[in-house]
Amino acid sequence: MGLLSDPNRRKALTGLLTRLNTPICGMPVEWLVKAMQSRGLEVFTQSFSRKLPFPDENKERYMVRGTNVYGILRAPRAPRTEALVITAPCSPGNTNNQAVALLLALAQYFRNQIYWAKDIIFLVNEHDLIGTQAWLEGYHHTNITGMEYSPLQGRAGSIQAALSLELSSDVITSLDLVLEGLNGQLPNLDLANLFYAFCQKLGVLCTIQGKLQRNDWDTAEGYTHAAQTMMLMVLKQACGRSWGDHGLFLRYHIEAASVRGINSFRHYKTDATTIGRLLEGMVRKLNNLLERLHQSYFFYLLPSLSRFVSIGYYMPAFGLLAVILLLRALDLWVHLGAPALAAVDGVTEPSSPGVLTVLTPVVISHLTGVALYLLPVHLQEMAVEHFPVSETEAVVLTAIAIYTAGLALPHNTQRLLSGEGTEQGWKVLKLTALLYLAVLLGCTALINFSLGFILAVTLVPITASITPHMPKALYAVVMVLLSPAFTILYCVFIYQELIEAPVSVSEGWMLFLSVISQGILDHALYGSLVYPLLALFIYPCWLMFWNILFWN
Amino acid sequence: MLILSSLLLFILTTHSEALTPAAARDEFQEELVIRPLHSGDIYASFQFRTLWDTDFLQEGQKVSHYRLFPKSLGQVLSKFSVRELHISFTQGFWRTMQWGQPFIPSPPGAELWVWFHDTVSDVDGNWKELTNVLSGIFCASLNFIDLTNTVQPSASFKPLGLGNATDHRFLRYATLPREIVCTENLTPWKKLLPCGSKAGLAVLMKSEKLFHSSFHSQAVHIRPICQDEQCSSKAWELRQTLNVVFDLHTSGQGKKEWSLFKMFSRTLTEACPLASSSKVYVDITDNPELFELSPATPLLGQAVVLGDRRTYSVYDLSRAETFGQLRSFNLLLRDMLRPLLHAERYVAGFGLQTGEIHTVIYNNHPYRAFPVLLMDSVPWYLQLYIHTLTVTSKSRDNKPSYIHYQPAKDRHRPHLLEMLIQLPPHSMTEVTVQFERALLKWTEYTPDPNHGFYVGSSVVSALVPSMVAMRTNFTQDQPLFSSFVPVKEESSYFVRVYTEPLLVNLPTPDFSMPYNVICLTCTVVAVGYGSFYNLLTRTFQVDEPSPPLSKRLANLIRRMRGVPLLT
Repeated sequence: MGLLSDPNRRKALTGLLTRLNTPICGMPVEWLVKAMQSRGLEVFTQSFSRKLPFPDENKERYMVRGTNVYGILRAPRAPRTEALVITAPCSPGNTNNQAVALLLALAQYFRNQIYWAKDIIFLVNEHDLIGTQAWLEGYHHTNITGMEYSPLQGRAGSIQAALSLELSSDVITSLDLVLEGLNGQLPNLDLANLFYAFCQKLGVLCTIQGKLQRNDWDTAEGYTHAAQTMMLMVLKQACGRSWGDHGLFLRYHIEAASVRGINSFRHYKTDATTIGRLLEGMVRKLNNLLERLHQSYFFYLLPSLSRFVSIGYYMPAFGLLAVILLLRALDLWVHLGAPALAAVDGVTEPSSPGVLTVLTPVVISHLTGVALYLLPVHLQEMAVEHFPVSETEAVVLTAIAIYTAGLALPHNTQRLLSGEGTEQGWKVLKLTALLYLAVLLGCTALINFSLGFILAVTLVPITASITPHMPKALYAVVMVLLSPAFTILYCVFIYQELIEAPVSVSEGWMLFLSVISQGILDHALYGSLVYPLLALFIYPCWLMFWNILFWN
Repeated sequence: MLILSSLLLFILTTHSEALTPAAARDEFQEELVIRPLHSGDIYASFQFRTLWDTDFLQEGQKVSHYRLFPKSLGQVLSKFSVRELHISFTQGFWRTMQWGQPFIPSPPGAELWVWFHDTVSDVDGNWKELTNVLSGIFCASLNFIDLTNTVQPSASFKPLGLGNATDHRFLRYATLPREIVCTENLTPWKKLLPCGSKAGLAVLMKSEKLFHSSFHSQAVHIRPICQDEQCSSKAWELRQTLNVVFDLHTSGQGKKEWSLFKMFSRTLTEACPLASSSKVYVDITDNPELFELSPATPLLGQAVVLGDRRTYSVYDLSRAETFGQLRSFNLLLRDMLRPLLHAERYVAGFGLQTGEIHTVIYNNHPYRAFPVLLMDSVPWYLQLYIHTLTVTSKSRDNKPSYIHYQPAKDRHRPHLLEMLIQLPPHSMTEVTVQFERALLKWTEYTPDPNHGFYVGSSVVSALVPSMVAMRTNFTQDQPLFSSFVPVKEESSYFVRVYTEPLLVNLPTPDFSMPYNVICLTCTVVAVGYGSFYNLLTRTFQVDEPSPPLSKRLANLIRRMRGVPLLT
């Protein structure tokens, strides 16, 4: 493997790129096209534009306009049916310029090899995920997020796998593998194994969640370390966003992962040549695949790169939580059937409550959910006019306001109803709500285990035990503290604690606000489903239990 | 006896010699065209033509004496009453946008199309046998052609030779997009040549070099043609073509220079002694002063091919003074000329339930519109929703003037869709049709189901308006590469463009899991059930030890004496 054996060439390349990237805002499209053409690739560009629903304050963008540049290395004597993708996001500033340089160097080296069986697409995308999304939608001719893009001119068949590079310095201490994709989708575990195998072979330090693997499994520290790593993965997966460019590929059944170079103060460094060799090895392995990656795990949690927890181990934990709801529902069902016997004794029980008594809270809480889903984005202009806030703040604060306003619902619902709530009424409502929650959590856990599990841990105990006969004030506080919004808040704090960047309460609150705005943006930009799931289903379901607590 | 047989042999040979001048007027031509492409690659195209004035299809008269024409093919032609046969094996995809039009196009994989004589009653039976025989001749898996991937196009594939057959019942067309072409297909192909690979241009065909290229395609075309200009009698033409594109980028270390030896690791030493003409053409149309040919040739030729007038340096191998080597060829990159007609295809959408096939056809002619015939043959497991068929050009609906659609029958017949579409000038026309992916029976999956299933290339055939006048008159001295498709009118030429094949993933069950479960349960059941059954049904008997010898002897004596036996 003689990749980049000439250090001068590499230095010249990286130097040129650094120079081109820093002062100019945006991507040097023409230069990239020429650079790729001179390396013997078929080069195409795609321009796209997207207006965000509200300004993204984290990345400072609102009206996004950009160009993707991609070059296709045509494999000799291959019929253009299969392809691999190597992508490097190109953003203004110094953050990722080395990745583009390495991508070009790889292209140059790969072009002169004869063993390729699949076409290789080298993609440099602008505006990170938005560019990737535009390119993927263009490649598959779909439009799920209302992006405007120009159609692609060159294609290379069905994409089998993709790797995303993120490098911001020419020497690194370790390589981090990022797997969590959109909606908590994960690539095939074999991709992670492949990366790990090559890191071992080339002696590169490799991490996952930025945490090095420890060898002392038996000790308490080792166990805690692994548990923390896995907790981080659970939190990242649960939030349903794409943690790198790779995450958007997963929707199209393309196995993908991001490789991120980390340069810390550790003495041991790895240079770009070694990273290039590692990538070359991975791409060659993928090139040799006869079939798509399959027959391995798609559902797993990683306590470290070399160990995994399979679905067979973690699903029973969730199952035990969910079965509480079902047993509770069964119990209620039996109780509801019992009054028939009581009637024989002459005690006049009111007949079973009308559909209206149960249906009204269900419908009203769902309408609140719809309001929570729709209003923040649509009312931002009005909010900005009346209050001295920015659009982003307006959206987030509207969402929180609607969420809080929902808590006042039970009183309003009672007023709407003609009669008083009966004993049987809340039982029927609770039965409905329990079954509803069980189905919701079950479906969520099948798609995104982590999200389902976190929601189950916080929601199941309180919802299973709630009745109107409990001390109202105490239980109201407990319920609010275990509501979905507070769960997000706790997750923010735990996450910060786990990545060893603890935050104060006020910082945490700011993070919480930005997490909400990012969630709404992810839904609008990439079709992440966590925000609609929480707003349209989980929150109304929680409101139904809230209703039971205040049942008169 | 020995004398007699040698005498007989003598008689036979004299007899046949007497017949030869009358019955077998045949000739053989060979030709190599080298064209430096705009992308910097080198395109080498071999053509070998054998002409024979005989008729395989005459009743009662069996053709048995073969000279230049390969006997194996001749027998096939007469046995199956084949009127025209076109077979091609291609590894790689012809990059029209980079390389322009090839002399003879072919889709990736294997393609076979045959016109049978209209006296054939059982066409399907003949077709099946023919594919099996050809599969043996060419060492290819043509035996995988069956009714599920055979279609009868109504308009796209007209006979290229004599005769004006229009009844597409006698036409069969099939492609195997998955077929992998390698040396085992090249060797039998080379053996069909009169000189084999011993002399002539075929010496250059060293398989390790031919398969170290960007594109490799070999083909055999057999058709009846006119013997002369008056077309008074019929002759059979066998054309063997081999097209290779060499990648100078990987092999040349950045230098744009090539020689025959570098490309083929052989040089030419002589023409095939059986050939009536043997020529090498080098395309020097693009800026002849920018590169240098050595040895230089005084002969320059012009030919109009694919709507373009090209200039060639001609090397006649039958003349002794040409021998030397072609070498050192420097060429500057120029701007690419866009091919006038170009098509590509892809699958849109995601998920394993539905999808959409997009076929995009480009007309790059600045001001002329022209019609094209689009033919699509889609396997039955992609269930096309033909009501979703749309044809749009310049974002306006473009209604095809002719549609021939034959729906698929599950497990019996593929979809066939043929359309005549008018392409506006300088436009992109998009044909889309949605499909649903069928769930196969578990035995119908290939051994590698997660690789995906192939859909063969769609074929775009068109008469493209020509920039220069085409020659319609039939002359013998025309180079072979410009005379394959008969030109009917001066203003246009015939082009066939193949799109890329598609690789479609079908919903695939996890085969390994049930397999593991079956293996495990079978083992458990076999061991557990077997031993239990054994225990439960066996009747146990106490096995009496056999009495010792002394006792048996004693009993024998007692029996003789009539005394009760010992127990």
